[in-house]
Amino acid sequence: MSAVPSDRANHRPGIRIDPSGRGVLRLHGDWTLRLLTPQIRAIRQHLRTAPPDARWVLDEVTRLDSFGAVLLWQAWRRAWPADLSLPDDLRALFEEIAASDRQPLPQQGLRTPADHLVLLGRAALHFRDHVLDFVRLFGGIVLDFLHLLRTPQDWPLREISANVFKVGVRAMPVAALVGFLIGVALSYLSALQLRAYGADVFIVNILGLGIIRELGPVLVSVLVAGRSGSAMTAQLGVMRVTEEIDALAAMGVSRSLRLVLPKVIALSIAMPLLVLWTSAMALFGGMVSASLQLGLTYGFFIETLPGVVPLANLYIALSKGFVFGLLIALIACHFGLRVKPNTESLSANTTASVVSAITIVILVDAIFAIATRTIGVPF
Amino acid sequence: MSTPIVDLQGIVTRFGDLLVHDGLELKVERGDIVSLIGGSGSGKTTLLRHLIGLTAPVSGTVMMFGEPLLSGAQHEQRARRRRFGVLFQQGALFSALNVSQNIAFPLRELRVASQAEIDALVLRKLAMVELEPAHALLMPSELSGGMIKRVALARALALEPELLLLDEPTAGLDPDLSLSFVELIRSLHRRLHLTIVLVTHDIDTLMALSTKVAVLADRKIVSCAPVEETIALDHPFVSRFFKAVIDRRRIAPVAGVQD
Ligand SMILES: Nc1ncnc2c1ncn2[C@@H]1O[C@H](COP(=O)(O)OP(=O)(O)OP(=O)(O)O)[C@@H](O)[C@H]1O
Ligand SMILES: [Mg+2]
Repeated sequence: MSAVPSDRANHRPGIRIDPSGRGVLRLHGDWTLRLLTPQIRAIRQHLRTAPPDARWVLDEVTRLDSFGAVLLWQAWRRAWPADLSLPDDLRALFEEIAASDRQPLPQQGLRTPADHLVLLGRAALHFRDHVLDFVRLFGGIVLDFLHLLRTPQDWPLREISANVFKVGVRAMPVAALVGFLIGVALSYLSALQLRAYGADVFIVNILGLGIIRELGPVLVSVLVAGRSGSAMTAQLGVMRVTEEIDALAAMGVSRSLRLVLPKVIALSIAMPLLVLWTSAMALFGGMVSASLQLGLTYGFFIETLPGVVPLANLYIALSKGFVFGLLIALIACHFGLRVKPNTESLSANTTASVVSAITIVILVDAIFAIATRTIGVPF
Repeated sequence: MSTPIVDLQGIVTRFGDLLVHDGLELKVERGDIVSLIGGSGSGKTTLLRHLIGLTAPVSGTVMMFGEPLLSGAQHEQRARRRRFGVLFQQGALFSALNVSQNIAFPLRELRVASQAEIDALVLRKLAMVELEPAHALLMPSELSGGMIKRVALARALALEPELLLLDEPTAGLDPDLSLSFVELIRSLHRRLHLTIVLVTHDIDTLMALSTKVAVLADRKIVSCAPVEETIALDHPFVSRFFKAVIDRRRIAPVAGVQD
């Protein structure tokens, strides 16, 4: 590595094999990553065909970097060749490579069957951790709530209102669009069947009950879990990554009071309202479609609706909205606080947050269906 | 004289109404270690980002290795970028990869080295930055500040660069660690024939490393000269920056007497 030439274009690395047939390899040029890259295949080919007892002559090598040295070292099967002519200034680099080669690079271990058992056990413990953490989070929220009842001046009102705006008001356009289209589709499909039986007027019963009691709350939950739940998880996660949560703790600010509680309260308030809004839009879509397809007038639809859908259904829908909102926010915060400071964990937890929220909402919806099976059904 | 490694010509940078650089010129010759100093907000990081090609100046040209940085076909630009390594201020390690995967990443992307060669090279780089092979499996979040800098330096060296760009290499390190990091960079410079451009606020780093100091003030490089000449310069920023050094020299004999 003596004088550094300024123009490297004509320092292409290469190997000349002595014509004498005694297996003498003469290396020349710059053996650097940059110049080796374009012709790496040809070089490797040459190196592979070298006989084990070849004589290696490196006197004409103008430059050598650690990639070039490693390439040769591997070609020598990680040992000094018996017959080697090496200038002193290059020898140091090879000696360093040889030295660091003595300790292997630690690798992540491969899995054995026993490890799978361990993994299974770990998964079970992991699940238990989740449950315990979740209960702890919920308990913390309840305690915070009691604390706030006693000290009303601590209410994080500003955060709550900001969150209601973010998760509620901002979600209205997309909720309206989705609700309306679902209403249209549902009404269209039902109308096809009902007309076959001449039972046109029952479209109001089907849409009214189906949308208000079942579809509205679940639809909004899926939407909100994807939209706001993921956002909450990601926000808390990034705050963890950037140590903002630690900074809050250092200032003596309770993270559950300042970060978790406002989100939970906001979503618990916003969800029932969103359910109302989306169900109304879906009914509106159904009404438009029914009037186009079955010729039912808007007036008839609106007058019949209160008669065929008992008021209890609305209360069920609103309480579902409240419970689902609470669950989505709690789950989102739970996973957000579990994010470890790396991007992989952030993405895994965000996915887990959305998937768990939707699954649990549907599970709880089934429980609701069983628990309220005698309430609000007109027959 | 050979063509300069870095040649900035008439750089103008503007963020909205804020004029950061106005006709800035800078040349860096092969083998130099140039420290870039300047007041806070004077546009040092911005200049470094121009060199890396993350941002482009409003006007002027950034010449690297004798060619405009952003010229030629995609693969030529990519090849040019591989000729320099960057050490970001916060390390910018990939948080989802462990230490050895971080160092191996640029090599893997190149698709030239085999797995065995990559492993050997990672070991080599770890030894170069004075880390143990046992550290290879740690995740970035498990590293101390000084180790992060070392791993980031090892990654910057992975593609055997000719030019190294360092943004505040010793910021956030204690004096002892920062001294050993400076030693490390110096020995790498000597052995790998690197050219280095660094941004620094740390006067000890600057004194220990630089062959030249570039002073960024009044939206230009007002001087690019060896340390001794820079200290003698008559410019308000320079005299304020080196005040500590000059004061220390004045105090030194007194301390000697007391000893
Ligand atoms: N993306 C951006 N948009 C708008 N203004 C910017 C942007 N990046 C930098 N600036 C402005 O350009 C100026 C130079 O910023 P730069 O980060 O280069 O300063 P610096 O010299 O590195 O300062 P320091 O020593 O504090 O790191 C600052 O006034 C900054 O506010
Ligand atoms: Mg900066």
